Amino acid sequence: MAIEIRMPALSPTMEEGTLAKWLVAEGDEVRSGDVIAEIETDKATMEVEAIEDGKIGQILVPAGTQYVKVNAVIAILLEDGENASDMKLPTLDASAEPAAAPVADDAIASAETVAETVSATVTTRAAETDWSGSSTPLTVRESLRDAMAEEMRRDENVFIMGEEVAEYQGAYKVTQGLLDEFGPKRVIDTPITEQGFAGLGVGAAFGELRPVIEFMTFNFAMQAIDQIINSAAKTLYMSGGQMGCPIVFRGPNGAASRVAAQHSQCFASWYAHCPGLKVVAPYSAADAKGLLKAAIRDPNPVIFLENEVLYGQSFNVPDDDDWVVPIGKAKIMSEGSDVTIVAFSIMVGRALEAADRLAEQGISAEVIDLRSIRPLDSVTIIESVKKTSRLVTCEEGFPYAGIGAEIAMQVMEQAFDWLDAPIMRVTGKDVPMPYAANLEALALPQIGDIVAAVRTTCKGFKG
Amino acid sequence: MNTKAAIKRKRGPGRPPKTVASGVDDMLPTEELVEMYKDMLLIRRFEEKAGQLYGMGQIGGFCHLYIGQEAVVVGLQSASQPGDTVVTSYRDHGHMLACGMHSSGVMAELTGREGGYSRGKGGSMHMFSREKNFFGGHGIVGAQVPIGVGLAFSHKYKAQPNVCMTYLGDGAVNQGQVYESFNMAALWDLPVVFVIENNQYGMGTKVTRAAAGRALADRGMAYGIPGKQVDGMNVLAVRTAALEALAHCREGKGPYILEMKTYRYRGHSMSDPAKYRTREEVDAMRRQHDPIDHIRDLLKSQNVDDVRLKDIDSDVKAMVTAATEFAQTSPEPDPSELFTDILLPLTDARLIAKA
Repeated sequence: MAIEIRMPALSPTMEEGTLAKWLVAEGDEVRSGDVIAEIETDKATMEVEAIEDGKIGQILVPAGTQYVKVNAVIAILLEDGENASDMKLPTLDASAEPAAAPVADDAIASAETVAETVSATVTTRAAETDWSGSSTPLTVRESLRDAMAEEMRRDENVFIMGEEVAEYQGAYKVTQGLLDEFGPKRVIDTPITEQGFAGLGVGAAFGELRPVIEFMTFNFAMQAIDQIINSAAKTLYMSGGQMGCPIVFRGPNGAASRVAAQHSQCFASWYAHCPGLKVVAPYSAADAKGLLKAAIRDPNPVIFLENEVLYGQSFNVPDDDDWVVPIGKAKIMSEGSDVTIVAFSIMVGRALEAADRLAEQGISAEVIDLRSIRPLDSVTIIESVKKTSRLVTCEEGFPYAGIGAEIAMQVMEQAFDWLDAPIMRVTGKDVPMPYAANLEALALPQIGDIVAAVRTTCKGFKG
Repeated sequence: MNTKAAIKRKRGPGRPPKTVASGVDDMLPTEELVEMYKDMLLIRRFEEKAGQLYGMGQIGGFCHLYIGQEAVVVGLQSASQPGDTVVTSYRDHGHMLACGMHSSGVMAELTGREGGYSRGKGGSMHMFSREKNFFGGHGIVGAQVPIGVGLAFSHKYKAQPNVCMTYLGDGAVNQGQVYESFNMAALWDLPVVFVIENNQYGMGTKVTRAAAGRALADRGMAYGIPGKQVDGMNVLAVRTAALEALAHCREGKGPYILEMKTYRYRGHSMSDPAKYRTREEVDAMRRQHDPIDHIRDLLKSQNVDDVRLKDIDSDVKAMVTAATEFAQTSPEPDPSELFTDILLPLTDARLIAKA
């Protein structure tokens, strides 16, 4: 029986990759463990090994092919005694889907696959209303890199420091190319020493440099949270205004995929809780770039929450090397009249898809991307709620004392009389993140959960 | 206790001061010695007054006095150069005075008044002066150490000929970030002198009950950081060691550790009943090793007469009286101060979000 060799997933969030090179040809004998191909993911070049002994019967995806979906059949391996005529050619389906959990009905609002929100196509929904020039599709990853590079060219006191940011080119390739351009003085690999380099960054900021401190993920920033809160956030106040701390702490935040409880958590409400910090969590590549540039220029400490799943997604980004998005302003992504949905980071994409489904059901949802968690643009939220009279908040974090709770309270304080229904929250479940695929999908807020929450809040009004 | 443990204790970080008097700069001009004496006496009198004010309820919260340790910071700072930076923990009043911060501003911060260095918003443990290159005043044990390494990083990044003097106590040496800091400082040859003020007690725990291994000066050995144990009650020994350590840093050779064997006469903070040591221990230290008696004797041996010493005493006393008066009469911060200094305002219009 011929064996299908499939495009492997080489990272928790990999959806597709480039088949860079075949190291074998049709007819070659291979043994289990032989390297047969090289694959470029969005993070790195990886080798693919044969997992069975046999002979390469046919190569289905030629070297150099881009956007090969994970799980697509890339070659056929013949076992002993088989020849090419034994091959039952599979259909060349480059869009093979990874095994997915059963999709639940909207009304049940339970497990849908995480993959449903991930799209390799350029998201045009987030067109920049305040930009009339030309744009180029860029991934969030590229736009973050461009933001840092542009700010480093602009100000020689800007430097980037973190684990694997230099020679490895970034654990998630966000700092790719920076070492080559700026050298080891300004692109600095640290030991695995989060509290140490976070504190060092604070001292360097007191010393009038402009550090960008990368945490490989924000989960590891827990090791450093004392230096972030007690040293970076509070010192300006405690010094009567003398000790400004212009520093950016950045890195991926929230759930990635199948990495379980210690590596999947949203820290937005943790940092948003503390006066003295600004907290930013962009969704689109244009915002990622413009907000990171604003964060680096800000004289205050900024927590810049990225999302690993978004890194590879493309959006149109203005062709402007001085594209700055001010911190503290939300963005209406999609106008609507029946209900307001607020979201940030990856939840914006899910909220937009939910709005599409709701439109099919006759409900007009306004989707707001908060972009900045602290300061919160409550004006935009309140204006929207005064128009729609209904509000659903979305976040990946835990519900208890989360961002949704804060927004609900502010709306109660400022727009109580405009509300026609209780505010609903869509959040991660109140549990540590499980590893099992089905449980993880249940723990994360899905599009169906947003649709269901909106339908509940619209009960008796629409639907 | 078995023999092995006994030996270990004897060799441990609590061993009695072994003076490194060799190489002490006895040739220091008398007038420089007089200045050091004034600085040390100011710290002593200032701290005594702070203790009184605390007792009167005019200073609140935590208040950690430096009495007994004056030779350490005065000796160190006497060896520093313009542009060198200083960061320390919360037993910080002496450091501020030694950095040239005004006693009135420090005292007014202790009383929580507008005239304080942090306009009453920091208190005893959180005071700063950019002008004097004093970067705090940090309340979390050990947190100042990576900050000091960051200041040293900025000196190196900007190719400044300066060094950051990062002070920590014998309690802080067991915090993890201290070793993260040692590692990075050594890895990148950063100009930082780690000054471990070993006053024998981390709050109520004797250093021998908290710190394993050899002398604290050796704590950087694994990173190749040279360390030296110094008699911290002898201001000239401190100065000599400081000159050597600072020269090492300025030559680009990386960090240096100085363990200052010293002693605090008062409790850990004002609310410390000090049951962990005997009255006799404290008295013996005062009688035999007082750093101010020591420098006064030196001055006398250099023919500074009693009249001059008395004049210095009354000058210092007058300064402390003036500082106290200022600290008592400076108004409390305006209620509007509650909401200032949380974030710096944006000056670049492009960064400001429009409504």
